[in-house]
Amino acid sequence: MALNRDFIGRSYPAPEPYEVSRVKIKEFALAIGDENPIYLNREAARAAGHPDVVAPPTFPIVFTLTGASEALADPEFGLNFAMVVHGEQRFEYRRPIYAGDVLNHTSTIMDIRSVGRNEFVTVRSDVTTLDGELVCTTYNTIVERGGAA
Amino acid sequence: MAATVKYDEVEVGQEIPPVDYPVRRINLIQYAGASGDFNPIHWNERFAKQVGLPDVIAHGMYTMAQGGRFITDWVGDPGAVLDYGVRFSSMVVVPDTDEGTTITVSGVVESKLEDNKVVIAITAKSGGNRVLSKARAVVRLA
Repeated sequence: MALNRDFIGRSYPAPEPYEVSRVKIKEFALAIGDENPIYLNREAARAAGHPDVVAPPTFPIVFTLTGASEALADPEFGLNFAMVVHGEQRFEYRRPIYAGDVLNHTSTIMDIRSVGRNEFVTVRSDVTTLDGELVCTTYNTIVERGGAA
Repeated sequence: MAATVKYDEVEVGQEIPPVDYPVRRINLIQYAGASGDFNPIHWNERFAKQVGLPDVIAHGMYTMAQGGRFITDWVGDPGAVLDYGVRFSSMVVVPDTDEGTTITVSGVVESKLEDNKVVIAITAKSGGNRVLSKARAVVRLA
């Protein structure tokens, strides 16, 4: 079943800010097998010129889908999660994410398109501080296999 | 920032030597927990096969993270990554064996930009397939 195109352009603010912690950065870094001290140790991060430990480049995936997941799970959208694979992903940074950051984000469904038998959905998330400073923008494209058949 | 690679010493076309990153089932379970992505195609062989996959497959984001690790290890500072994007072109199939599988990542300096920025084109392979395509990182060098 084709996905509902009425959802293109809809925006979803995250229900609450995400607090970036040293503990979560360490957990994520170890889970990707990366023991870079700039992820694990505040003194090492400071020695490298950072205010605190830095989040790995792909870390925002941990929290940026909460806003859009509500939309993607809406029965009116028509997505079969069992058939979903990840198509594309991009992170565009204004500055690194640090432990101690408190971040908001808003996710917007940018595009829904059919390619062959598959449906492609692209969601952009703008990640900001509570003061509205843009920290990074993420672009997530998921593929529903067979969704356009 | 403390990038250790110097912009003036890098040339377009310069290759960054390949690195092998092993992937076993335990890594996917650990990644599922840390990322919150518990899609059973990444840990449940029975479910993966039911939905037409050859076996359990790695999270695309796990593979992307290995590409990110390759870049941040080369540049010397994770804070130097300004932009990183990939297309997931093929699945990383992770068999239930002690050795699992391997993701091999390599890179080449594709272009030099203003403000000490360079574009790195990344290649990631597993099981004979290119698992990332259109993989690019923009990093700021010293």
